[in-house]
Amino acid sequence: MVNLTIDGKKYQAEEGQNVLEVALENGIEIPHLCYHENLSPYGGCRLCLVEVTRNGRAFLTTSCTYPCLDGIIVKTDTPEVLRARRLVLELLMPLAPEAPQLQALARQMEIEEPRFKTDEEADDCIRCGLCVRACTELVGAQAITFSGRGYRKTVEPPFGEEALDCIGCGTCVFLCPTGCIQMVDKSAERTIARWQRTLPLKACSSCGRYYIPFAQIEFARQKSREAPAEDWFDLCPDCR
Amino acid sequence: MEVKEIERIMEKYDADRTDVLGMLMDIQEKERYLPREALRHLSEKLSVPLTRLYNMATFYEALSLKPLGRHQIHVCMGTACHVRGAARILDKLESSLSIKPGEVTPDLNFGLKTVNCVGACALGPVVQVNGEYHGNMSALKVERMLKRYSEADKEKTE
Amino acid sequence: MSRLNSVGELEKLRAEILEKRDSGRPCITTCLGTGCHAYASQDVYNALAEEISSRGLTGKVDLRGTGCHGFCEQGPIVVIFPGEICYCRVQPEDAADIVALTVLENKVIDRLLYEDPVSGQKYERESEIPFYKNQDRLILGQNRLIDPQNIEDYFALGGYKALAKALAEMTPEDVLEEVKKANLRGRGGGGFPAGVKWETTRQAPEKEKYVIVNADEGDPGAYMDRSLLEGNPHLVLEGLILGAYAIGAAKGFVYVRQEYPLAVKNLTLAVQQAEEHGLLGDDILGSGFDFSVSIKRGAGAFVSGESSALVSAIEGQVGEPRPKHINTAISGLWGKPTNLNNVETWANVPYIIERGAGWFNSTGNEQNKGTKIFSLVGKVNNTGLVEVPMGTPLRKIIDDIGGGIPGDKRFKAVQTGGPSGGCIPEQYLDTPVDFDRLKELGSMMGSGGMIIMDEDNCMVDVAKYFMHFLKDESCGKCTSCREGTKRMYEILDAITRGEGREGDLELLEEIAWVTENASLCALGSTAANPVLSTLRYFRDEYEAHIKEKRCPAKVCKALIRFTIDPEKCDGCGRCKRNCPEGAITGELKSPMTIDSSLCSRCGICREVCHLDAVTAE
Repeated sequence: MVNLTIDGKKYQAEEGQNVLEVALENGIEIPHLCYHENLSPYGGCRLCLVEVTRNGRAFLTTSCTYPCLDGIIVKTDTPEVLRARRLVLELLMPLAPEAPQLQALARQMEIEEPRFKTDEEADDCIRCGLCVRACTELVGAQAITFSGRGYRKTVEPPFGEEALDCIGCGTCVFLCPTGCIQMVDKSAERTIARWQRTLPLKACSSCGRYYIPFAQIEFARQKSREAPAEDWFDLCPDCR
Repeated sequence: MEVKEIERIMEKYDADRTDVLGMLMDIQEKERYLPREALRHLSEKLSVPLTRLYNMATFYEALSLKPLGRHQIHVCMGTACHVRGAARILDKLESSLSIKPGEVTPDLNFGLKTVNCVGACALGPVVQVNGEYHGNMSALKVERMLKRYSEADKEKTE
Repeated sequence: MSRLNSVGELEKLRAEILEKRDSGRPCITTCLGTGCHAYASQDVYNALAEEISSRGLTGKVDLRGTGCHGFCEQGPIVVIFPGEICYCRVQPEDAADIVALTVLENKVIDRLLYEDPVSGQKYERESEIPFYKNQDRLILGQNRLIDPQNIEDYFALGGYKALAKALAEMTPEDVLEEVKKANLRGRGGGGFPAGVKWETTRQAPEKEKYVIVNADEGDPGAYMDRSLLEGNPHLVLEGLILGAYAIGAAKGFVYVRQEYPLAVKNLTLAVQQAEEHGLLGDDILGSGFDFSVSIKRGAGAFVSGESSALVSAIEGQVGEPRPKHINTAISGLWGKPTNLNNVETWANVPYIIERGAGWFNSTGNEQNKGTKIFSLVGKVNNTGLVEVPMGTPLRKIIDDIGGGIPGDKRFKAVQTGGPSGGCIPEQYLDTPVDFDRLKELGSMMGSGGMIIMDEDNCMVDVAKYFMHFLKDESCGKCTSCREGTKRMYEILDAITRGEGREGDLELLEEIAWVTENASLCALGSTAANPVLSTLRYFRDEYEAHIKEKRCPAKVCKALIRFTIDPEKCDGCGRCKRNCPEGAITGELKSPMTIDSSLCSRCGICREVCHLDAVTAE
């Protein structure tokens, strides 16, 4: 266990935990967009900035990537921290101006007039990389990736074409903070337009609802060490 | 690209996946671009996800997914070249070839690209064609240089 | 070549090489570095070889292709020993005269001598030329004497003596202590003490350790690392082997830009030769110390020069920076302790070990020891690589070595430190150049690019140039860097197009602040420097663009107009013929005029005018 101070109060944390995790566990709100507890921290959105003092030196850093070290002092609401977060959000807004989660944050931080014009090519993606990490680390399909660098950086399937390794599980859709990945189920087909992927769905043998892509079943069978029973996927979770 | 050729390149690096960037560069040199089937083959043989190879191919300046020109022109945009008028050289090349940086002429003869310093700063402005350096460039020298490469091609075909 | 199994065998080989060499025998050296090569120095070399053989002088006159001498703008450079007669801008046609007159008759060919553009004085010996005379070429000096593809040349100049000394007489701790005492600071940018870094890696608990040469020289306007790797690769290797010995590493990597093919070639050859001689591999010189080196090529990404990104790239990942709350010195390549230094830093090590920290400390100022190589380029008479003691005043470098500004133009600023650095105006020219003083001025040492700008350079345009570079080279991970550099570029671009608005400068400063403070790696946290330093020293130039819609340096296309002075124009028609837009009209032999509505401000007319009749206003 290590001891650290957050906003004047002492806390204990396990070695290897990051500052954001400990803050959230203890009810200290730090805004964040690219962090998810089940994924490796990325430190891309920069919203979770805090001031850390270590060995007498204070600096701004992302709480999602900073490890809890013995004796560090963390401040989550200094004027500098708030200023930096506000500017970061201002820089993010034009990428996804309609996203409810961003708008709520903007209201919290009292950002009224956007100072930067919306990009023509804005596609609601804020390059947080949750989808990429989910697809790689949680699902293991590795169907999408970052491509390019700098302001041209984007997320796409290889060659910007149909994501041939996408199994249509929809994990990326659920995690996306701006809702820029849409998934539509239409009778026996599921479409994720962003990844140019359409997959046939299997129907539940009891209720008849189309509930899972065949590709996902196939993938699950290949990946799992103990293959589920032959008829496991015949029923949807509700009917099982 | 033939599978044999890809295999040869992999062997050169003992099929060590940490050398995948070197393999990609060798393929690029050979083919003037990265053919998809080559990336797929590498991905499969080295067990490196295709997504990572694609990410690398789009991240690094020296790699390209589209064929480059037979004469690939690199206009140096380093600081020393910039203060000595590299922008004018680029303008001239764009108008002479009727292409923008990153593009290739329809006959694939010339490709145009900007690079951030080729490290020949004392010669600025510098243009590099097929690895050859042309120093102290001016708009007039650009004309002459293009003509020379076109004529050399003609001689070859004749 | 047989393996050298002991220090004694190395010294025996050295003695044999020296005996074969007769210092009185004439030797013609031709620079084959990248700069001279671009001026077709290979043709000059071939012509000289042909001349020597056709006159039956083979074996009586030596010919050597060397690395970069540094005075690139005067290339191709040929130096004839033992007299050290230096010829500049040599053409293949000059080969016959050089052999017949200078080599055989000891006569100096006046037309090939260097002529000082300011004083008009001519110089015979290379070391007398003011460009060289005012330098202290500790690291670069061997370049002009060595054929980089021939390890014997390096042996002849005392190569691998430091390694022999370390292996025979010093413990790894002794080597480390010597480098610490020398207070060698990293030449790649930050100036962090190399010895302290080495010690951290040495003391890290993991047994397996790595050493890396960072040769991903990406700062635009800097090419000293290239010249060292191309011209004297064994010096860098010897430094690396010494470092590995001190740190306890068995494996090293050199990460070198693919844009430097000759460096890759010469280095690859050097590694092979060192392996054949038993200077790399198992049981080096019979000491029991094992060390091997692999070369990795970078594929063109500025950000990959950042230490954590470089480590990723070597591992075969995308070369993006990673969070490093634990230093790469402790957890780097594959999570093992890893020491990275740049090319020039490693090149200092053999000298420190051979001659001692005390000797090294006799050059430089208090906190900055030894020399530093700068690439002196841009609007300066003598461009090339310059090596001076740390703490040399900027003015001395620019005026005494660089020969000042060409034409009657006025000096405006010197840009140091690459895209992370800043622009320093005239009032600070007496500042001694070292890591700390440059930082105080809002710039930095960086890898040593020194780009001189005159009154014809617009500082807003320069800031825009760097921001364009950075927005392209940002890896795109951090919002503050990716979006910050993009937005700063947009504002700067608008200002140069005459669309700047009240409040733009304040907004620039705000974005600069967040880019600096909220980004992960050094690229982001220094990305605002070009903007901040030009705003600090040249705010009036920004204001002229915004308030008066005027570019004082007459660079920003949207704010200028080209005209032809009818008094000066003789109607030769050159401008008309070369205008890509067809914007110039007029009868031959009578003054031409430019139609401003068609003109794209490309400036070609001004470039081709032989009477200087085209002006910008």
